[in-house]
Parts: sequence; C-alpha cells; structure tokens
Amino acid sequence: MTHKSEFTHHLRRYFQRASEALFKELRSGEELTLSLKAEDQLYVRFNGNLVRQNTNVEQINLTLGYQGGGRTVSQSTTVSGNADRDIPHLLHLLNACREEARVLPSDPYQVPFQNNGESYNEFQGELPPVDQLFDEITAPAAGLDLAGLFAGGASIRANRNSHGQDHWFATETFFMDYSLYDGPRAAKGVYAGAQWNSTDWAANLARTREQLQLLSLPQQNIKPGRYRTYLAPGAVSELLSILSWGGFSASAWKHGYCPFKKLAEGEAKLSPLFTLKENFSLGLCPRFNSMGEVAPETLTLIENGELREFLVSSKTAKEYGLKSNAAERSESPRSPEIAAGSIDEKQILREIGTGLYLSNLHYLNWSDHMSARITGMTRYACFWVENGEIAGPIKDLRFDESMYEALGSKLVGLTSTSEIEPAVGTYDIRSVGGVRVPGMLIDDFTFTL
Amino acid sequence: MIEVLIDGHFGYAGTADLSAEGLKRALDRAIEATRAASKKRVFRFTTEERPNARGEYRSIRQKNLDETSLAEITDCLMAASKAMSISDTIANRVASAMIIQTQTDFFSTSGAEIRQNFDLVNIDFAATAVRGSESQTRTYSKMGQWGGEVFEKDFFVAEAERTAKEALELIEAENCPEGKFDLLLYPDQMILQIHESIGHPLEIDRILGDERNYAGWSFVKPEDFGRLQYGSPLMNVTFDPTQPHEFASYAFDDSGNPATKEFLIKDGILLRGLGSLESQRRSQLLGVANYRSSSWNRAPIDRMANINLEPGALSLEELVSQMKRGVIMKTNRSWSIDDYRNKFQFGCEYGQWVEDGRIVKTVKNPNYRGITVDFWNRLVGVGNADLVETLGSPYCGKGEPNQVIRVGHSSPPCLFREVEVFGGHA
Ligand SMILES: [Zn+2]
Repeated sequence: MTHKSEFTHHLRRYFQRASEALFKELRSGEELTLSLKAEDQLYVRFNGNLVRQNTNVEQINLTLGYQGGGRTVSQSTTVSGNADRDIPHLLHLLNACREEARVLPSDPYQVPFQNNGESYNEFQGELPPVDQLFDEITAPAAGLDLAGLFAGGASIRANRNSHGQDHWFATETFFMDYSLYDGPRAAKGVYAGAQWNSTDWAANLARTREQLQLLSLPQQNIKPGRYRTYLAPGAVSELLSILSWGGFSASAWKHGYCPFKKLAEGEAKLSPLFTLKENFSLGLCPRFNSMGEVAPETLTLIENGELREFLVSSKTAKEYGLKSNAAERSESPRSPEIAAGSIDEKQILREIGTGLYLSNLHYLNWSDHMSARITGMTRYACFWVENGEIAGPIKDLRFDESMYEALGSKLVGLTSTSEIEPAVGTYDIRSVGGVRVPGMLIDDFTFTL
Repeated sequence: MIEVLIDGHFGYAGTADLSAEGLKRALDRAIEATRAASKKRVFRFTTEERPNARGEYRSIRQKNLDETSLAEITDCLMAASKAMSISDTIANRVASAMIIQTQTDFFSTSGAEIRQNFDLVNIDFAATAVRGSESQTRTYSKMGQWGGEVFEKDFFVAEAERTAKEALELIEAENCPEGKFDLLLYPDQMILQIHESIGHPLEIDRILGDERNYAGWSFVKPEDFGRLQYGSPLMNVTFDPTQPHEFASYAFDDSGNPATKEFLIKDGILLRGLGSLESQRRSQLLGVANYRSSSWNRAPIDRMANINLEPGALSLEELVSQMKRGVIMKTNRSWSIDDYRNKFQFGCEYGQWVEDGRIVKTVKNPNYRGITVDFWNRLVGVGNADLVETLGSPYCGKGEPNQVIRVGHSSPPCLFREVEVFGGHA
C-alpha cells in the first residue's frame, strides 16, 4: 500500500511549511506550539465473518497552543492537507487565539514553551492490498462466527514550536481485534503488527479457537463469593487501564480524587511483588507528549509495592512545586509495563488449584475512590478450575474489590512471561501505544453479583 | 464523508479535503474498498434504506451563540468558581462550559437534501471537599440545545454554591447503610439507569451482533418484542427526537430517515427496538430513525437519541412517603454493566436516608446493584410531569471504529422496591 507512505511523506513537508508560516507571523511576546495528529486508515468491521462496514479515513488534526501576555489559549482544527489552502485558515486561528487571550484572565500556571529538542522516528509497514484484504482475513476463519475490527494504515504524531522544537513519529501498522462466538460463548484475540503475515494470522485464529473449544465444557454455576483468581494478561491490561484513570496522577492526588492517596501519603503499601513503570523502549508510542516535552526512556512509578513517583505534567509541577516528568496533561501512563514475576505460565492451572481463570474483564470503573475499589465484569473465556484442571466455563460474574488488597496482601504472584497488548482504541483517531503485562494470581478476589 | 452502495453493500470514505480532487480521491477509495468488500457483505441492502427526504432543522434558541462573547461566558464561569469557594475544606473547584455548533448537509443521488444546524451547550461544575484521607465530590450538569440565554450569572452562582455546600455536607455525612431498601432515584441518576439498562440493550445492531466484539451483545432477543414484561406497568419509555432543547433532538437521522416519537416500552411491555432502516431490514423488527454518525469521519450506526421515561402521577412528597426504610440517590458517579446489559452496579454522589416516609439524614458513598429486568419490575412509583428533568450526556461510546456521541434523557424521580444498596468502605 504505497500511498500510505506517500501520505506520511507529504505530511512531513506540509507540517514544516504550515508551522513556519505561522511562526513567522508571531509578534514579540507571543509563542506558539503546533501539535499534529493524523492518520490514513482503513477500518473494517466484521460480523459473522462477513463485512458489516468499511470506512477509509484520511484526517489531519492540528492544535495551536498559544502563549501571549501571560495568557494561554489553544485552538484545534481539521485541515485539508493542502498548505496553500490551509495556511490562511491557520492564520485566522492564530488571530482567534489573540482575541481570546485579550478577554481571558492570566494563567497562573503557565509553563513557558521552550525547545525540548528534536526527534525523528518513522516505521514502515506492509499491509495487504485492499482487493485481497477481505479474503485474507475471512478465508482462514471460514465456518467461524467472527466479529471484530480491522484497522490498518499510517498514524502520525508530531510537534513543533516557535523555539525550534521539532518531533516526528510515524508508524504504519495494523490490528485485527476480534472475538469468536459459539452461541453465547466467546473467546477473544488480537493480531497486530507492522507486517501482515497470513500464516501468523491463521495461527492466532487457531489459538483463539482452541480457547473457544474449552468453553464447550459443561457450564459451572459459581455463586458470588471470594475465590482464588487468575487474571490473564488480557484481564490485567483492562485493570491497568482503569487504574490509569487518576490512579497515578499527581494532579488527581492534589485535587483530592486520587484512589492511591493512601499510597502517596505512606498510609498504605501494595505487595512487594508489584512494580509498575513507564517503558518507552517498547517503541509503541512517541516519548514526546502533545506539548513536545520528552519523557525519560523508563520511569518507575511503583517499585516493590511502594510509590516512587506519580506522573507529573509540567502544569501540575508549576501549580504544586513538583518536578515534571513530561507526563501528558491527563497524567495517565502512555507505555506502562507491570514487571513479570516467577510463576510459570504453563503451570498456571496447578497454581490456581481451585478457583477462577479469567481471560478478560469488561466495563471497569472505580466504585469507591477512598478504598481504591474497582468494580467490573468477567468476559470471554472465563473458567472454573478444580484441583488444577479446567472444570468448565462460568456465567459472567461481577467483582468489586479494593486494589490495596488485590495488589497488596492478596497478590499471590505474577507470571514470568508477559505480553504486549497493543492499543486498539479508535475514538476519533486510532490510538498509538500499548501495555506490557504478565498474568496475575490473586487470593480471595471478591465477586458480588 | 462519502457513502457508496455497490452490489448491495454500503461503504465509506472520509476526508477533510473538500476540493474537487480531494472528494474524487475519497470517492475512488470508497469505491475500491466497497467493491472488494461487497463480495463478503453481511446483507444485501438497497436504496430503500436511504429515503429521498428533503428538509431542515435548527435548534431552538433565544440568543445566537455567536452573539455570546467569550468574555460573558468566562465571567459566568469565574463567578461560579468563586461561589464554590465557601470553605478551606473545598480543595478543588471546576466550572466549565462546552459549546458546540454543528452543521450537517446531507445529499444523495436518490434525491435527499437535508440541512441541520445544532447549537449545543454543556455546563459542568464540580466541588471536591477533602478532610484527612476523606474526599467527596459533588457535581452539577446542565446540557441541551440552547443558545446564549443560558449564560445567566445569577443562575451559575446559585447552582455552584449549592454544589459546594453539598460537598461539605457529604464530608460530614455517615456512610450509606447496606441492605435491601427502597430506592428513590433522582432524574440525574435515572438518566444513567435508562441509558445503560434500556437504551443500549434495545439497540438492534447489538441484538444482531454487530457490537459483540466491543461493548457487547444484548440479553434482549428478537422474539421478546411485543411480549417481554421489561418492567412494572408504570414503566413507559419513548424514543423522542422531537423535544425542543433536549440534547439529541433532530429532524432526520444520518440515513435521511425522518425522525418521529415512538414508544419503546408501554405499560412495562417491550414494543420496539432502537434500529435504523438497515437494522429493521435485517431483523424484521420495528425500529426508529436512529442511524447516527459522531462526526464526518465515522459511518452511521444504531444509536440512542433522546430516550425518555414518561412521567407518572406522584409528587415528591408522595414518593418519599411511600418509603419505609430507604435511600434517595442523586447524581451518578460510578457505572458498570455487563456485556449483555444484565448485571449492573451504579454509585451516586449524594444520598439521603429515609425512615417511615421522612428524610432523616444525608449519607455518603451510596451504591446499588441489580439485574435489569428484575430491577425495572421493582418500579412502584413514578414522579409527575413537574418533576421531570431533561439531561443527557455528550459521551456515549460505541462502535468499531469507536464513536462518542451525544444522547438526551429525561425522567422524573422514580421509586424502586427492595433494592440491594451499600456504602463505601472505610
Ligand atoms: Zn452509552
């Protein structure tokens, strides 16, 4: 698909030209940061191993971050990609920034833009051509009830500012995020990468199909209660994603709604087995954030159960006199990794003994911030295990459990192997990034419904 | 967004390059992918799923939003923020306004020509009280199709002050007790209950399995329509895109289908699903005009628009007087439900404990859980038309690729008998 690379190539020149046109219009005392998010993607939704909808999306989104007279304003826009036509519109937005700055109060936590350096990373991929894609995906799944989403193409993140900062990150990747259904029973799989390979796709499908076959064992009727529970990497990544919503944010802590407040203030600890860091060496997303600030390659957040540091954006740093670690404004981890442990994954059923094996979780939410309690559902391949053997699938259960306990005294161990779970989010634009997590064995995990 | 129909299959290409070459390039790509995909299409559609409607829509407002200056808006927000500063215990204050003006133009080769203009306002306040390791947040939201007339400073100040006072009240309050109690939900929690346990399970694309790999399937089966006793006979639920000022009102959906009010549930019986013309054709079920895209870069899918619970006859005093031992809950703060939309657990910001028909005290961290059809059959009291509040959400997530869209919901307070209620843990 050569036109994807053309899109990336064209966009690099476009971004340079558009930003220079804006920078040279700046008046004394004004600074500007330009942040770019763009994609050229094909999205295909499947149901019953057939195509429900296919959508090509070519989009370029620009955000102008303006500072002048102590005021901070930002303006975002979607542009056409034709510099001659877009530049007048962008200059108009620069003027809109100036007008808004005139009526806004001054920003007490403004962090003046500076030059956070330059970087250039571009990764090319190989995706099947459009006329073969639908066969490529559906043929190995013949006879299976497959539902899911294919996304493939170029994703770009870039940032330039009026101090000369210049960061560029472009990838060309795909994912096939899917479920196989057998009536109400289902198993989940994700095949992702930069080079589409038919054999790898068929092998990925075969593994998910094996899980689906295990689900045909007799259903086990498990009542709410407390059970020894194994969370497979897919379930751990769901848990990590809700933990990332305020759990590691310095701003949330200072504003009074961080669920790990007790951890921050030394009133509680997690298990010494639990270590969490940001690890940008996974290469899944850029190290620079939307302001172009560059995070350290690795950053330990929790080490052996104790808080090392929260994620701190430059704004929070300014507001509370903390040291910034170039977090995004949301202060959520962008490339988190939970350290692996010592449990041999192949022995996991024996390690569970009698309890639950959960492949995935669903719809998690904080249910009580004070006690760091999270509620959510089991989903997909979830089994009752008896004396080290799978007895059969369970009906979905709701859990409600404090993370101080689940990741604290109740944490039995983590598997020695971990998996990369690529980001499959596509709200407005395809996400970049992912997480790396092992499986997690927890005692007395609480199920309520 | 360009849509093509080739060999019975609809496919799409979105671009922001609206030059003739840009549109041609998008069209070529839509044709290329759609032609290839049509060999594996899920259904054979026709142009009957794209009516050749013509018409216009404009949000009703008293004052144009573009005549409301940023200075006026900022002034209201600063005043609200200041009004929340009533004690050192208030550790954080938020006052925000989101203003959206959208124009959609819809043209098709089958003759449709539709122009719709939306003016949307969403106002949010939040006050967080912190004492020791305890923290309580109270919020206020107002959203709908409005103009600049909502930026009324006195109103901002009054609501913000009440919000902060209630946050302080919560930090003093006892934990919500645990047990099976009567539960009176205020409109700002009812809307979430309606959204998650009525709206989503009734979406016909979910029933058809399109959404199985993302938000999930549905416990509702095609044979349930016309039969299932979804709730008690007091339960009447409508799809109503015709309400002036409600967040998701419109005249046509994004397939060009004219939008009308329809009963989804009448006297507790399930009648109709939330399915577009495409879903209606595939499922042979009754549907509504709800084919909606979140923006120019997404294809339309089955959506909620305005889903409303119709008012009953009771005053607030009459509702409370029916409670022997119970909890009143206001404003959602935590939400979770399974992928078939059965087992839910919801938490609220603010609770009040009721004994023998009288409000006794404020309680914090109120939560409840239940199973959808069982829960709605516990409905024993519905507030009257004076108690109806019209709210909604700008953030309903669904679809692959993902889409976030606005929905409107209105409801009076409703009383449910013997629900599993619990509080926070110390
Ligand atoms: Zn929703």
